[in-house]
Amino acid sequence: MDKREFLKSLVVFIPAGGVIASLAKQAGAKAPEPAYQAKNHYYGMGIEIDKCIGCNRCVEACKLENDVPQEPFFFRTWVERYTIKKDKSVVVQTVGLRKGKAREIVEQEDVLRSFFVPKLCNHCANPPCVQVCPVDATWSTEDGAVLVDKNRCIGCRYCIQACPYGARYLHPKTKTADKCTFCYHRVVRGLLPACVEVCPTQARIFGDLKSQASRLVRFERLNKIHVLKPDLNTQPKVYYAGLDGEVR
Amino acid sequence: MVYPYLTGLVAGAFILASLVKVFNVEEVRPTYRLSLLTALAFLLIAPLPLQLHLGHPLRSYEIFLTPNPTSAMAMFGFVYLWYLMGVLVLELWFEYRRDLIVWSREERFPMSLVHRALSLFSTDTSDAAVAFDRKAIQVITVIGIPSAFLLHGYVGFIFGSVKANPWWGSVLMPIVFLMSAIVSGIALVMFLYMVLTPLRGEPIDMRCLDKLASYLFYAVIVDFSLEALDFIHRLYQSEESIHILGTLIASKLFMSLLVIQIFLGMLLPVGIMIAVRLFSVTAELRKLFYFTAIILIQLGIFATRWNVVIGGQLFSKSFRGLTTYKMEVVGIEGLITALVLLALPFGVLLVLLKVFPPWRRAAA
Repeated sequence: MDKREFLKSLVVFIPAGGVIASLAKQAGAKAPEPAYQAKNHYYGMGIEIDKCIGCNRCVEACKLENDVPQEPFFFRTWVERYTIKKDKSVVVQTVGLRKGKAREIVEQEDVLRSFFVPKLCNHCANPPCVQVCPVDATWSTEDGAVLVDKNRCIGCRYCIQACPYGARYLHPKTKTADKCTFCYHRVVRGLLPACVEVCPTQARIFGDLKSQASRLVRFERLNKIHVLKPDLNTQPKVYYAGLDGEVR
Repeated sequence: MVYPYLTGLVAGAFILASLVKVFNVEEVRPTYRLSLLTALAFLLIAPLPLQLHLGHPLRSYEIFLTPNPTSAMAMFGFVYLWYLMGVLVLELWFEYRRDLIVWSREERFPMSLVHRALSLFSTDTSDAAVAFDRKAIQVITVIGIPSAFLLHGYVGFIFGSVKANPWWGSVLMPIVFLMSAIVSGIALVMFLYMVLTPLRGEPIDMRCLDKLASYLFYAVIVDFSLEALDFIHRLYQSEESIHILGTLIASKLFMSLLVIQIFLGMLLPVGIMIAVRLFSVTAELRKLFYFTAIILIQLGIFATRWNVVIGGQLFSKSFRGLTTYKMEVVGIEGLITALVLLALPFGVLLVLLKVFPPWRRAAA
């Protein structure tokens, strides 16, 4: 192509490009306002310790819903059984882990008290995992969830170390960090997270902290609330009612 | 785990090299070029274990392209690059420039071209140019010392800033890392000097060796004091985590921390060096003692890194129990890979020694 030809085609190309661009703009403008507005929501979860019966259905539902590997040690949410013995020593076991070494069995007469603690990502308002991620692959959404972009994560595992709650793991298939998303894909459609949906005793309460009508706000009003490791100033958004002082 | 060990050696070796240029410690001049080359060899290999650890090694360049400014790890990429390109390579170039030009004129084909290319085809060997080289080295070293401190201090910060982990989260961490880096770097250069010099059939300069040993001795003392301070501080504060950390030290880390790191890697070599100072020993015996001490120290620093990195992952985040670490033998993060990674810098160093022979000074 010589210079003259090139300039000629440029004369045609530029206006044509402009027309296409304006058409595209118009087509874009016709799209309806998205029904879901992140800025109108701010999510959290409430957990009533006394209601949890350790059935582990939340864990199973979570694994199915989110393609979490079935093998033990990969969890987005898990349930811990705390047994406080009469000598005040504490035994913590993850419910449903049958494999591995013989688990310590506490004799009935040695038990002072025992209870279950469901755990998951706390979707902290001041999340250490987001702070340390070298490539911005994990971030806080406007509506209060901490998410991971698996197409961006380089699998350095720094966030896994930085999380004080052990809520993250390296997904063996994607080789990227994985964790609870509050079932974000469900929540934006107005559905409940899978673990909340299946809980038979309603020990888990999901809700919007920006809505006065939300069950979570009611939960916070009616209960004495505690969060895990408040001294680390991570500002968790998973709130526990009836949490024992021994729980970390 | 191999990574902090390697960068530690880099920073230590460089700081040793700086002693010659900035503080004019004439005694250690024979090791100046060797230290720089050692630092470069180890620095080039250091990112490799990190790369292998990534789930997606091919995305690692994202750390430089789209870094997260609040991430200590992302910013470290730039510290590393700065140190490699802005300090080490530059200093080496100025140090060797004149020699490279002179060598390339004397040599035959492949090496003459290599040396000419490495001198970036500069040809000026006038006194003014050499004087400028010297001046440049002076400036780079002055900037280089804080950079070397930053390099390994920052590695310490990456661990020390993790508040989720009580074994890591400590303000002393960067300084402890730095001091142990200096210890391991001096010990490494001493080792290389003691091995390479006899191999070339030349006598070991005892003035140089004694000076190195005395620096090593003080560095070990400072390092030991800092680690002791950290330990005592934790014990005295006796926070919640003390129970799990106590169990950790008494069980899983007993061998690597108490026996290897503290006893074999610190107390014993310090004892040896005190003995050498107290009793006037013959040069031959001194060499033997020094050699034993530096091997022990190297072992000790390796154990230090092990205890920090592996130790920090041996207890659950709820502080309620210990986990296990099973070392693989084969596999990308197994024992064999680790040994290869530890041996690789020596291979690189061998090449560097061939290309930049530190003992060959071009005639004026």
